[in-house]
Amino acid sequence: MRIARKNTKTSSWLKNDVNLSLLDPLIHKYNGKKGNLIPLLQGTQELYGYLPRGAFEKISNETGLELSEMFGVATFYAQFRLKPVGKHIIKVCHGTACHVQNAKEISESLEEALKIKDGETTDDRIFTLESVACLGCCSLAPVMMIGEQAYGKLTGNESVKIVKNIRLADNN
Amino acid sequence: MNKTTVTVGLGSCGIAAGAGKTYEKIRVLKESDKLDFELKKTSCVGMCYREPLVEIVDETGTYLYGDVNEDRAMEIIEKHIHQQDPIRDYIVQTDLFDAPENDFNEAQVKIVLRNCGYMDPESIEEYEERGGYKAIIKIRDEKISRMDVIQTILDSGLRGRGGGGFSTGMKWKLANGNKSKEKYVICNADEGDPGAFMDRSVLEGDPHSILEGMIIAAFAIEATEGVIYCRAEYPLAIKRLNIALQQGRGKGYLGKNIFGIEGFDFDIRIKEGAGAFVCGEETALIASVEGLRGMPRKRPPFPAQSGLWRQPTNINNVETFANIPWILINGAGAFASYGTEKSKGTKVFALAGKIRRSGLVEVPMGITIKEIIYKLGGGIKNDKKFKAVQLGGPSGGCIPEYLSDTIVDYDSVTATGAIMGSGGMVVMDETTCMVDVAKFFLDFTRKESCGKCTFCRVGTKRMLEILDRITNSEGQQGDIEKLEDLAYQIKDNSLCGLGQTAPNPVLTTIKYFRDEYEAHIFHKKCPAKVCRPLLTYVVDPEKCTGCLVCLKNCPSNAITGERKKVHFIHQEKCTKCGVCYSKCKFESILLS
Repeated sequence: MRIARKNTKTSSWLKNDVNLSLLDPLIHKYNGKKGNLIPLLQGTQELYGYLPRGAFEKISNETGLELSEMFGVATFYAQFRLKPVGKHIIKVCHGTACHVQNAKEISESLEEALKIKDGETTDDRIFTLESVACLGCCSLAPVMMIGEQAYGKLTGNESVKIVKNIRLADNN
Repeated sequence: MNKTTVTVGLGSCGIAAGAGKTYEKIRVLKESDKLDFELKKTSCVGMCYREPLVEIVDETGTYLYGDVNEDRAMEIIEKHIHQQDPIRDYIVQTDLFDAPENDFNEAQVKIVLRNCGYMDPESIEEYEERGGYKAIIKIRDEKISRMDVIQTILDSGLRGRGGGGFSTGMKWKLANGNKSKEKYVICNADEGDPGAFMDRSVLEGDPHSILEGMIIAAFAIEATEGVIYCRAEYPLAIKRLNIALQQGRGKGYLGKNIFGIEGFDFDIRIKEGAGAFVCGEETALIASVEGLRGMPRKRPPFPAQSGLWRQPTNINNVETFANIPWILINGAGAFASYGTEKSKGTKVFALAGKIRRSGLVEVPMGITIKEIIYKLGGGIKNDKKFKAVQLGGPSGGCIPEYLSDTIVDYDSVTATGAIMGSGGMVVMDETTCMVDVAKFFLDFTRKESCGKCTFCRVGTKRMLEILDRITNSEGQQGDIEKLEDLAYQIKDNSLCGLGQTAPNPVLTTIKYFRDEYEAHIFHKKCPAKVCRPLLTYVVDPEKCTGCLVCLKNCPSNAITGERKKVHFIHQEKCTKCGVCYSKCKFESILLS
């Protein structure tokens, strides 16, 4: 079931250290419109990179949407995150074309190099590692995407090198 | 004399291959050297395997350059533009002499992809120059009635290209028959099948053709509002659709009394999907547009009776809409002249996997799978042996090599146990394990099941557990029968297309590759050497240089040896993690 793959740790989720007033224009734009729940959540995630608990409560209070309904939608769709993410999100494609060309090796190499599992974020909040269904660049398989940049025809070692270079560039 | 034009392909696949940098390089060179040519952008022409592509048209002819990185771009500008001396080695397609990809377009018929790669997708003027918006203008000028538009689509024999294959004209007729003040036209652009990217290419390459198709549908069923439900994973498609919508509004093609047709009010908005495969199912998609969890509901009532906000709604796929303007301009007969008795027109396929030319092709229905793979796709990569082709993604199935003479039409493909689906075609060779492939798809559908129907929610999980066991060297007698039994139960007891088709990949692989399942279960062997727990790792004494790399990296200390002496793997300690295999630089670890 979809809900099962959200590995929500309530502890980090409870922290309310975000500026909730950023939400005001968003709520103003969508309040009272039909079908507004998903756009509201998408807008919130764009602001914070994830859905903070405080944002749920604020939106619910001001728009009258049920918290349970919001949580139901947020955990249904793969797009929504309940935990903060790293500065760079590494999306490793696991579509059919990438799978038959050994995408598993890419994920495993990155897991080993970053010392995190799929779906997790490094302690320094620099990288989040994710598997995605298909990025649509099947002709370049296996593919990963970091930010807006796609990297194709990878091997495990190459993917680790790319990630290391990004970290180096960040430190300088 | 016509001015020389240089066009860079900037679709998602091109950009991923570095076309953005290539474009920038050419732009900088053009400015610094004050070169006299027109620099243009276009989208994917289908030749993804040669991206980035640069086309140069000058007075001598048309030249398509492939694999143009920044260095090659510099060379090409220097030789071709400055010295008027085309570089033959880099040219992949031209009408002037033999080039490696000249035959790529030969067997293709481009209806849906008529503009993709031939125009700037961000220019409404170029779309109109290529005959765009002529279909709706024809309807206005010749005062064609709604029923006649629907009849033309019915006569053309066009069937839904999203996978279902339901008659488009019939859908429109039903939606037209239900009267209401509010009606909706929805474009399903939630292309969720892994391995399929046809819709993305059309959205990126020819967004106006989708808008025109939707406008014609709106005219035919008297709809008031349109929604394009597009995956959020396609940012470039969304950007180009937004540009197209703005241009359309500016020209009075969207809004009130559009195209000067009195009382024809219609506008379109984009709804970004939030990542749920099941939203490709039309009733789930409607729930998602309404801002709810995308869970399918029972039909009837069909969307044509009660869809978005309980109003009559017509949903078609991207490719279906792209066909509409062409049919109205060229006539139902012209469209129906392509294809087979029950499947008319063309179909776009996304070729991927172990194939030489992966990319996008549009072929007339009735062509054989073999022709697509060998004529258009150039055969199997690295001269490996062709094993099977997967059609229809997680809802489809694998067609084995010996059935590759199967023709592409809805009914013939369905007869094999696969489905036509949206057009993803993933080619597999002898190094692909069919049990592993079945497991891959089932894992996908299990994750994407919305959880409403028990059989789909729990059944797919149980099937996956059995497959996990089989690939983990723990397969048991009776596992295949259990899989089949569960598969039929899931098919029979699920509400929507996702559950009804989820077992297809397992059923077709059992049907055609039962020996592979048996090898896994009874002989504990993976013939394709993919499933690691079923493999034995040994050192090839001929190739081993004694470099100690595998020994140092082995997490279970199963390897012994000394520097410059052949190493040895102790099977009783080996956990089959595969680290030695991937670390060895001399290919001296053998799998058996």
